[in-house]
Amino acid sequence: MAEQVVTHDGEGGDDATRRDFIHIAAGAAAAGAGVMAAWPLINSMNPAADTLALSTVEFDMSKVQEGQQVVIQWQGKPVFVRYRTEREVQEAADTPLSDLKDPQTDAERVKEGHQQYLVVVGSCTHLGCVPTFGTGDFGGWFCPCHGSHYDTSGRIRKGPAPLNLAVPEYEYLSDTSIRIG
Amino acid sequence: MSDHESTYVPKTGVEKWLDTRLPIVRFGADYMSLPTPKNLNYWYTFGGILALCLMIQIVTGIVLAMHYVPNTAMAFESVERIMRDVNGGWLVRYVHANGASMFFIAVYLHMLRGLYYGSYKAPREMIWIVGCVIFFLMIATAFLGYVLPWGQMSFWGAEVITNLIGAVPVVGEPILIWLRGGPSIDNATLNRFFSLHYLLPFVIAGCVVLHLWALHHAGQNNPVGILIPKDRQAKDTVPFHPYYTVKDGFAIILFLIMFAYFVFFNPNALGHADNYIPANPLVTPAHIVPEWYMLPFYAILRAIPDKFGGVVAMFGAIAVLFVIPWLDTSKVRSMRYRPQMRTFFLIFLVVCFGLGWCGGQLPDAHVIGDFDTFILIDGDLNSYLWLTRLLTAYYFIFFLVLMPLVGLREKPLPIPASISEPVLSPRIPDAAETPKAV
Amino acid sequence: MTRTRLRSAGLAVLAAVGLGLAATPALAAGEAKHPRHAGFSFEGPFGTFDQAQLQRGYKVYREVCSACHSMNLVYFRTLGEKGGPFYDAHAENAAQNRYVRAIAAEFEVPGIDTETGEAILRPATAADAFPNPYPNATAAAAANGGAAPPDLSVMAKARHDGANYIYSLLSGYQEAPAGLAINQGQYYNPYMAGDMTPFWSGDPEHVPYGGFIAMAPPLRDGQVTFDDGTEASVDQMAKDVAAFIAWASEPKAVERKQTGFAVLAYLLLFAGLTYASYRRIWKGVAH
Repeated sequence: MAEQVVTHDGEGGDDATRRDFIHIAAGAAAAGAGVMAAWPLINSMNPAADTLALSTVEFDMSKVQEGQQVVIQWQGKPVFVRYRTEREVQEAADTPLSDLKDPQTDAERVKEGHQQYLVVVGSCTHLGCVPTFGTGDFGGWFCPCHGSHYDTSGRIRKGPAPLNLAVPEYEYLSDTSIRIG
Repeated sequence: MSDHESTYVPKTGVEKWLDTRLPIVRFGADYMSLPTPKNLNYWYTFGGILALCLMIQIVTGIVLAMHYVPNTAMAFESVERIMRDVNGGWLVRYVHANGASMFFIAVYLHMLRGLYYGSYKAPREMIWIVGCVIFFLMIATAFLGYVLPWGQMSFWGAEVITNLIGAVPVVGEPILIWLRGGPSIDNATLNRFFSLHYLLPFVIAGCVVLHLWALHHAGQNNPVGILIPKDRQAKDTVPFHPYYTVKDGFAIILFLIMFAYFVFFNPNALGHADNYIPANPLVTPAHIVPEWYMLPFYAILRAIPDKFGGVVAMFGAIAVLFVIPWLDTSKVRSMRYRPQMRTFFLIFLVVCFGLGWCGGQLPDAHVIGDFDTFILIDGDLNSYLWLTRLLTAYYFIFFLVLMPLVGLREKPLPIPASISEPVLSPRIPDAAETPKAV
Repeated sequence: MTRTRLRSAGLAVLAAVGLGLAATPALAAGEAKHPRHAGFSFEGPFGTFDQAQLQRGYKVYREVCSACHSMNLVYFRTLGEKGGPFYDAHAENAAQNRYVRAIAAEFEVPGIDTETGEAILRPATAADAFPNPYPNATAAAAANGGAAPPDLSVMAKARHDGANYIYSLLSGYQEAPAGLAINQGQYYNPYMAGDMTPFWSGDPEHVPYGGFIAMAPPLRDGQVTFDDGTEASVDQMAKDVAAFIAWASEPKAVERKQTGFAVLAYLLLFAGLTYASYRRIWKGVAH
């Protein structure tokens, strides 16, 4: 049937292009309908409202002892809150930017006046493992999965990870408490 | 064999009635009487074994899904409930878990057989390509399934593998969040993985139908690798049934004996002890390793220092399989008559095992003894990192360089005119009978 | 011809086993010591659990381990299942087993008063799981210096060579070698997983095996009085509780192995028959 219609159209010049256009438009409408029908299904796989609701967490910094870290959970991911010793802060601040794979100063990674506290997302930027505290060649963290070394500012120094440990958005609510997210 | 004429004659009235409306009995009968080269060796039985593996996985999987709970709070416990309280649950679960490994053993041998005898060459390219699609779907299904028990390896395997997608520039991060259904691997992820793990085996089954359709259209390859001329069909072929049903059947039973050994006497040998620790998002296991069948690809991933580069290399290692029919320039199919290529193939075999071995090691660990040699770029030369790189290089060179070049330059041995010739005259070398080449 | 074909099939099986072996990770320097062999009765394809040993092991768990370690996936009724520590052939079923009922009744579990709906404590029944010593994981961690004692339900499967590992760990505590910096609240154990390199100030070529463990040595001689008169040495208790945990990790292990023999015997017979059929069908076909 379809072939016959096309043969008849072939005779009519301008008319033919207009009719072709109608067929193409109909085909495009079908494709559009397909895409529009698929979109809600695809979009349903994006984070749901209850998942997004769990996006902030508050923490009392006085729980961390000097030279130690506390791991808290935020959005299902571990967050390291580390109370750095003076020596560790100094080491982080003294590292020349030229030594860094992902150059960032220590000051950019902490809040002013709270240099001793470092807050970073505890998942390795390589493939998401949790780095272990206080190990590795740079005294920060060491990722057991593929051997990435982080320094005391959570910056990548050696290994396959491309970026520094992410600093989440957070703010000091008071001198000793923060809200992450 | 594509022009195999139907010999089915409906006998009863019911059969005749059915044959004019839905010739399904004719389809089955034609399938069974298909003329098949009579020189197929045991390496050709893995197709049948794989069909059985797929059936076992689907049937046991459906039963397991009746008892399993895809929820982060209950998944681990529900699997243990299957092991303890469900009648015969331990058997179904161990068959399913070990079945995945058996499936991969069979598929790897099946693929190596195809490589060795040139089963991917014209006119069989589509059989091979559909086969590659099946292999890729198998990897995806196995990965999704491994997440379901929600142990430590499940969780961290999912974390590491989904993170690979995050390595894609620009769109990686949003796709990652979309895929996980949240900022991290969680209940939403487990639920959708369960849904997809249930879906994909049926997609595989659909691809198997295409695989067989293409096979019966193009005709079976055979160890000699020549097309069977029409006038020799009667001499060189036998009907599939009973000749190959019984041969495949015997091979299947041998395979099941190995399968049963693992299920009943060493059911956790192919798994990892850490997966009996419930998933904990705050603690990474000291040594994350995927299941053994993923190890070669995992090794390739780690061989590349750049994250995105590693992902590209890993997927490239699978993608290159799809284009093999066009990389191989040889006019001869079977490596029985390609002594040089056979040597490279055997090295390739060793390399694949080597990559699997490396995938299970720490990259910084020493390969030989416990001494440092010298640092080459970013690691000691005597480390798995560099061994893996060497093996990865050969993996790609084999396909991208050796296959096209050797095919053009080699001098193949004389090829028999028919498949019964090498059988009757033992002068022609045979892979299974000339140990000197091995 | 057939023989060479068989050989190639044999090679396939070998290759498959080789692939399986490749999955076992090798131990690198600075890792845990290989567990000692306790010589358990349940090892090997013919091995079965020793019921007296399981009963002793349960007593050690009950009186020592259960103070801190949960076994959330183990139910009292399982103790009375065939092959279990308190199996009684005369009992109608595991839940009716009088030993099991008596053991369960020693515990109180949270329940709800059926009339008032108030939360109460009621005696446990055979259908209940072993009660958890802590209300949740955070409480368990808080009570133990930050390290929650792991659940022991499947511990023998969750460690490589699990039963021997548990036995070796429990009976293998040692004084930390000189040169090993040890934190307060931690103990040295050569069988514990870990890497001592950062804490070792001695010869870097000879880093001690093992790792730190937050659990103090839990067993001392004579801690438990065994009903069957067995002397309760640390070694004996470690062995018995390891056997109990191995049983609890997979109560169906013996049933599995016994089924395996029947299946293998059937398959071998089946293989023989099919091979005979194969030979007959291919008889006279040159191939």
